[in-house]
Amino acid sequence: MAHQDFHHRIEKNVLLMMVLVLITISIGGLVQIIPLFTIETTIEKVAGVRPYSPLELAGFNIYLREGCYNCHSQQVRPFRDEVERYGHFSLAAESMYDHPFQWGSKRTGPDLARVGGKYSNDWHVQHLIHPQAVVPESVMPRYAFLLEPLKFDDVAEHLKTLKVLGVPYDDDMIANAKADLQAQHNPDGDTEGLLKRYPKAVVAKFSGHADLTEMDALVAYLQMLGTLVKFTDYKPAQLQQ
Amino acid sequence: MATEVEKDHLSGVETTGHEWDGLKELNNPLPKWWLYVLYACIAWAVVYWVLYPAWPLGTTYTKGILGYSSRATLFQKMDEARQSQAQYLDAIAKTPLDQLRGNAELLNFSLAGGRTMFNENCVPCHGAGGQGGHGYPNLADDKWMWGGTLADIYQTIQHGIRADDPDTRISQMPRFGADGVLTRPQIDDTAEFVLSLTGTSTDAEAAKRGAVLFAENCVACHGDKGQGTAEVGAPALNDGIWLYGGDKKTVVETITYARGGVMPAWSKRLDDTTIKQLAVYVHELGGGK
Ligand code: HEC
Ligand code: HEC
Ligand code: HEC
Repeated sequence: MAHQDFHHRIEKNVLLMMVLVLITISIGGLVQIIPLFTIETTIEKVAGVRPYSPLELAGFNIYLREGCYNCHSQQVRPFRDEVERYGHFSLAAESMYDHPFQWGSKRTGPDLARVGGKYSNDWHVQHLIHPQAVVPESVMPRYAFLLEPLKFDDVAEHLKTLKVLGVPYDDDMIANAKADLQAQHNPDGDTEGLLKRYPKAVVAKFSGHADLTEMDALVAYLQMLGTLVKFTDYKPAQLQQ
Repeated sequence: MATEVEKDHLSGVETTGHEWDGLKELNNPLPKWWLYVLYACIAWAVVYWVLYPAWPLGTTYTKGILGYSSRATLFQKMDEARQSQAQYLDAIAKTPLDQLRGNAELLNFSLAGGRTMFNENCVPCHGAGGQGGHGYPNLADDKWMWGGTLADIYQTIQHGIRADDPDTRISQMPRFGADGVLTRPQIDDTAEFVLSLTGTSTDAEAAKRGAVLFAENCVACHGDKGQGTAEVGAPALNDGIWLYGGDKKTVVETITYARGGVMPAWSKRLDDTTIKQLAVYVHELGGGK
């Protein structure tokens, strides 16, 4: 029988087998992935979402490095209990510039997608240094070591890399990356350019230290989470996927 | 290589014709139950395609005849939930704040709703029972820095304190030491006077010198007897309740560097009826005025 001959050929030729397996699996994957790129409503059309400011990006990288995503999700799902607790459900648009995304899959602690503005900078710093000092029953580890100086000489390179991945950092943003990073930590300085490039960025001496620390970057990142889209501007029908 | 069907002589089952070192693979049929489950799944998938969103069509997708969308379902559920409480929520929205407590039904509803929202949003700073912590005021006592009437509490929650809000409550104690207004010995004396207000000073001479400095520098905000002024959120210094600490070292630190606690503004996160419920709850929690 001819099909048995064909079988024999595949089973005895590892390379052919691998190529065919690869093709079979890719079809399964592509059928699911390609439509997400072509369907127009995958990423909601909302105003306000912008790339991270350089300081927020440094904070994002620390969030990643410390594995905060192991205990915290960043995805308010469209269920009543979550929306009543955390706020508006997350949009795909809100994480479109995250590389990698921080949706997470484990909630030992609360969801952080809308934590921006919920607490003061002081509270975040106290909480990260010693969570149990403000929330006695907390099981979150201490991150006091984040009061180390922040290394940011290569911040422009980070922006350039993300640009390759499709994040719309323009030349202006890349040229000013280092200055913007420092400006966000200096409320008494000139923040006009920073706020023009990155509207709604929170400018503060987050941890109260004169020099930039990793803590400043992380808190700057936490304070912008979920604050970019003005949901009162949209009707439910405009947020359908 | 077999070219025609061969039967295994022991089991009488057909072989697949594959042979490795004399071992042959039997061609047993799939178990019936397994096969029917597979067919059922395929049939279910076809039904699903028709009922639910399923197939991509270029820039859009088939919506299914049920028109299901998790987000639309959520909006509907939220609407239903609101409807089921509408009689209370609408009444709370309409009733002026100071009359809410007069209506037993609305009071109960507000206390229950307020407690839930308090536990989610306020406890991390103000503590589980509103008992406060270092830098976070106790809301369960009857002392208020910014005023304890329902209207005061409502305004505090809505616009926050030193928060990112145009109508936030704001004031700033001067940094007497850091900005060189008072010398270190003068600060020591003033601190002794502050301690003497609650009878914990150990140096009466210094306290007497401090009284003069206090009258010159502090009464505008903290009052002539250290009783505090709600308009500027200056706490009473004569009641033994301390936000940052009443030992000499902490008081010296406060006078030297000043303090400026930040409470977020909630009008951006919570709607007005929720803030009203919270105000009623907090008012009830402590001895509201
Ligand atoms: C072992 C698990 C764990 C890890 C790892 C962890 N957290 Fe947490 N986190 C918690 C828990 C539990 C809570 C809730 C109790 C509390 O507030 O401390 C929490 C609370 C928080 C909150 C307050 C959220 C709210 O809405 O009240 C923030 C902000 C936060 N964590 C940030 C972080 C950051 C940033 C990191 C990484 C540097 C991190 N966490 C790592 C467990 C964790
Ligand atoms: C990030 C921490 C934080 C959170 C969260 C927070 N508060 Fe506060 N709150 C403060 C601080 C700090 C003060 C005191 C500010 C000052 O020093 O004047 C304060 C003051 C107050 C006061 C005034 C107390 C007085 O004596 O006049 C009220 C009322 C109050 N908070 C209610 C709330 C309610 C209700 C919530 C939840 C919706 C809440 N707070 C959430 C930090 C917080
Ligand atoms: C412009 C108004 C203003 C002046 C003047 C002022 N204070 Fe204050 N003071 C405040 C405010 C507001 C706070 C509360 C800060 C906070 O809530 O974070 C405060 C807090 C304090 C506290 C902390 C109380 C506690 O419960 O821990 C002390 C102690 C204090 N002041 C002492 C003084 C002394 C002594 C002087 C004069 C040398 C002085 N203050 C002058 C506004 C003022």
